[in-house]
Amino acid sequence: MRQVTATEGTILTAADLAGNGVHGDDPDVHGKFGIFGGRYVPEALIPALDQVAAEYERARNDVAFLREFDHLLRTYAGRPTTLTEVPRFSEQAGGARIILKREDLTHTGAHKINNVLGQALLTKRLGKRRVIAETGAGQHGVATATAAALMGLECVIYMGAVDCERQALNVARMKLLGATVVPVHNGSKTLKDAINEAFRDWVTNVDTTHYLFGTIAGPHPFPEIVRDFARIIGVEARRQMLELTGKLPDAVCAAVGGGSNAIGIFHAFLEDEGVALHGYEAGGRGLETGEHALTLTEGSIGVLHGSRTYVLQDEEGQTIESHSISAGLDYPGVGPEHAWLKDTGRAAYHGITDAEAMEAFALLARTEGIIPAIESSHALAGALKLGRELGPEATILVNLSGRGDKDMGTAMKYFNL
Amino acid sequence: MTNSALGPALHPAPAAGAGAVERRLRARRDTGRGLLMPYVTGGITPGWTDYLRAFAAAGADAIEVGLPFSDPTLDGVTIQQAGDTALARGASTRRILADLSGMPALGVPLVASTYYNLVLHEGPEAFCAALRRAGVGGLIVPDLPVHEADELEGAAAAAGIELSLLASPATPQPRLAEISRRSRGFVYAVSLMGTTGERTALAASAAELTERIRRVTDRPVLLGFGISTPDQAREARRHADGVVVGAAVMRRVLDGAGPDDLRAFLTTLRQALDQECDRPR
Repeated sequence: MRQVTATEGTILTAADLAGNGVHGDDPDVHGKFGIFGGRYVPEALIPALDQVAAEYERARNDVAFLREFDHLLRTYAGRPTTLTEVPRFSEQAGGARIILKREDLTHTGAHKINNVLGQALLTKRLGKRRVIAETGAGQHGVATATAAALMGLECVIYMGAVDCERQALNVARMKLLGATVVPVHNGSKTLKDAINEAFRDWVTNVDTTHYLFGTIAGPHPFPEIVRDFARIIGVEARRQMLELTGKLPDAVCAAVGGGSNAIGIFHAFLEDEGVALHGYEAGGRGLETGEHALTLTEGSIGVLHGSRTYVLQDEEGQTIESHSISAGLDYPGVGPEHAWLKDTGRAAYHGITDAEAMEAFALLARTEGIIPAIESSHALAGALKLGRELGPEATILVNLSGRGDKDMGTAMKYFNL
Repeated sequence: MTNSALGPALHPAPAAGAGAVERRLRARRDTGRGLLMPYVTGGITPGWTDYLRAFAAAGADAIEVGLPFSDPTLDGVTIQQAGDTALARGASTRRILADLSGMPALGVPLVASTYYNLVLHEGPEAFCAALRRAGVGGLIVPDLPVHEADELEGAAAAAGIELSLLASPATPQPRLAEISRRSRGFVYAVSLMGTTGERTALAASAAELTERIRRVTDRPVLLGFGISTPDQAREARRHADGVVVGAAVMRRVLDGAGPDDLRAFLTTLRQALDQECDRPR
């Protein structure tokens, strides 16, 4: 086991970052979670992935790195984030006690900042001066551009042309932060195509460039690194729940696109067998319409973006274009660790339609004065359903992964505001 | 034990047990011929198999047939466009293989190339068996590095499909040795760090990579990525046993060039390769 001592007064320790290995939660040497994960990438990228993995292994065992990351999380990202109990919202959930983990209150407005700060520090350790990233909703792009500005790194963000249009505000934010935003016109012009284009950049510029991957998908070691940097969400929330309620929650709910906010809050609870873990995917316009992003619940096993996992694919094995009202969940793949948690039965995954998510979006705004991201609204809608099932005795922790400012354009159209 | 007739003593005895693709490429290489493997995206046009006949007539030593995939992360714009065009026409692995099955024998080995999801979707055994039934002898999977190749390697060997692995300029020498040892048919040397597509000059990394591969194998080495002109083919031939030409072919196809035009283009490459027979080994 790792022998790094916790630094006095910090919120983060090596154990917080690395998990404890008990649940088989570090992937094996080939980056596999069971049969999932791995490295299905061009040979040219293997040495770079090896380099990232080796540097990360050194970093997470280095107290100086942990201290610097911890310092940034506290003084820049605004950690720890608070819990907020939402009794008026909970009335619509059969009276179950719903408590939100407020990642929406972090700098840049979403949980993405946690991973980005960790990887930006890693980029400097790798001796690279340029970062590239993909983005769907624009939150990871904004977070990456933010960290790049903070640390003086050149930053190029790939974003599907369709997403650029529906998240124009975030495009402007990235530009203001000094990033170059490259609209991607290939394929479905959304997140998956942005990832394809980022891989093409990386294979060409790998000597100078770190691919600051935004979710727990992709080739090993990204699923592990991104999880570890997001893991602080659950580490904090678990402690805070014990302080606030004296016990662990009955269930933890999170939205799942690629899956980083969900794994971030789930991971610290994996060994707590009494805590049910529920992930909510984007049901889009409904399963029967075929316009959804129900990767875990309706997809099949395949390889996408370097990882073996569940994917949405047609009868020929071609990737199907996903649909969701939330750009951040509009992705036909999912992180391999979620695929593994699904198959082992440790976590359950469900679909939430656009309409259900938007109803929860409006309900939280009206009952609690909090405008959530539409992504997070899928978890809120899931909690409403779950609360009605579990009854008033239940306590449910929800990862409010981001705030809804970026979604006002969508909300104006949807609600005729 | 040394037997100089089998080649440099450094290398283990090679050709015994080699598959049909490798035997053919070795035999031609050993006559001093520069190898030419043009690429076509399967299903790109209604009569796309006519391109195969044109390639054979132009003196191709093997032909690479791309099975298009929706997310070709290692391909530049030309091959992406070709894949999208073929998919939009309704091309699929099954239809492309059916088209190949329906062709009279070309006398040139066929090598399929595709991304791993299409292999996994059918299952490696079924996929390789289908290739075999369609008369395909080899397979290239650019997103399957050597350490993920076990399951396909076994299935391919069982079906008599030669799985060629790719080597890149960034590959360290011990890994290059493993790739060369486990590769079948030939070793695919990716000339540069980047995606497929035409370039103005052969990458400087091409010479060093092929030299490093030669140190560990005498399997045929084909150089690909960015080889677009007769001059580049001639230059590549100084280092490698032959060349793969993809984007330069597909750009012409996308611009409307027919089989005869491609035959003319490939003939210029064939002639360039034939001129350069006396290179140092």
